[in-house]
Amino acid sequence: MAVDSAVAQAISRIPDPEVPVVSIADLGILRSVEVDEQAHTVAVTITPTYSGCPAMEAIASRIAFEADLQGYAAEIRTQLSPAWTTDWMTDDGREALRRFGIAPPGAVGQGESRGPVPVGISRHVVTCPHCGSADTTEISHFGSTACKALRRCNACLEPFDEFKAI
Amino acid sequence: MSDHLTDQLSDAPAAAASPTQPYAAYLVGLADDVLVYAQRLAEWMTNAPQIEEDMALGNIALDLLGQARALYPHIGAIDGTGRGEDDFAMQRGERDWRNVHLVEQERGDFADEMARLLWFSAYQVQLQTALGRSTDAVVAGVAGKALKEVRYHLDHASLWVVRLGDGTEESHRRMQAALERVQPYLAELFDDDEASVVAADLGVGVLPSSLRDGVVEQVSRVVMQATLSLPESSKWRSRGGRAGIHSRPMGYLLAELQHIARSYPGATW
Repeated sequence: MAVDSAVAQAISRIPDPEVPVVSIADLGILRSVEVDEQAHTVAVTITPTYSGCPAMEAIASRIAFEADLQGYAAEIRTQLSPAWTTDWMTDDGREALRRFGIAPPGAVGQGESRGPVPVGISRHVVTCPHCGSADTTEISHFGSTACKALRRCNACLEPFDEFKAI
Repeated sequence: MSDHLTDQLSDAPAAAASPTQPYAAYLVGLADDVLVYAQRLAEWMTNAPQIEEDMALGNIALDLLGQARALYPHIGAIDGTGRGEDDFAMQRGERDWRNVHLVEQERGDFADEMARLLWFSAYQVQLQTALGRSTDAVVAGVAGKALKEVRYHLDHASLWVVRLGDGTEESHRRMQAALERVQPYLAELFDDDEASVVAADLGVGVLPSSLRDGVVEQVSRVVMQATLSLPESSKWRSRGGRAGIHSRPMGYLLAELQHIARSYPGATW
């Protein structure tokens, strides 16, 4: 992604409204920024984490605002395909999540989406972002936002959010 | 709904020159199923047995709402009307809605909702898997995104059905009763109506009857693990949703969904 211009950099640094410690670029929400220096326009493509993610509107208006500050008119496109995956999250983004107290997503299992869905509390290992223990259990499939599940650490007893791998 | 989404729509010429696609009616059925079910699921917020379930069902509703929001403007473009998401959601009378009766039924108790969510999510997994191969790029894109989400919904419903079915005597009895109550509304999901035949012939959609075996197999596995049993086919079954003929709860649902938008036309907030 071309981030050589000031406007592209400003857009790529926009924080996610729900998880403000990571940028929309680090989350993989920002797919492309095309700057037209002649026309002073910028074409920005974003993709939602989840189909109904309510943060998309806040993100779109913030992009338009940041572009406007730099004197550019933004054209924002929402792209569904290819579908967003947590695998697009950068290492910086993952580390920022962990420091914030959210367990970053693991790798999306190859072939995970094949065959029948097994029944049972998910057994994948999630490390506690507070103490590093791998002894954690899921409390709830769904956390405070669509992209997170709620877990508890059995070592330090702290509850924490897990960014679900999809 | 969204300002920036509706802005994009208003940029498009009102009388779009694109040819009317015969499969638009099929897509209306897909979108209406998920919008109406999203509306029902959202009723659980502040009403679920625990706060985690308020959030779970609210999040599931949001995923389904997102599917509908992506489909409606696309339908408005291909049917030549240029209608946007709000036109579809807020301005149609009951006879113009093409959702199945299953999703419009009142929510009942928590076991009823888990029975409905189990069947609907199992159906959605089969449906979205098939629609991922749609010749319509928007439909395939929405399906690719939705499939990841509905798998998670199915997992969530399965956990609850097993927990309740294989739980106490009381929870087992009520979960079994819920499976019986939802039964008459299932056949309608798999009816091949005219619109779906057209859509399947074009490679845009899939014949609903072709999804049945996969759905029944998935649900049966969960029901067995939950020590429950699948009810016999009911003598009475629902019909007519895809033709705009709805059951009593639908009018009340639409009244709640649409009343602000219709009382104050053009209102923004």
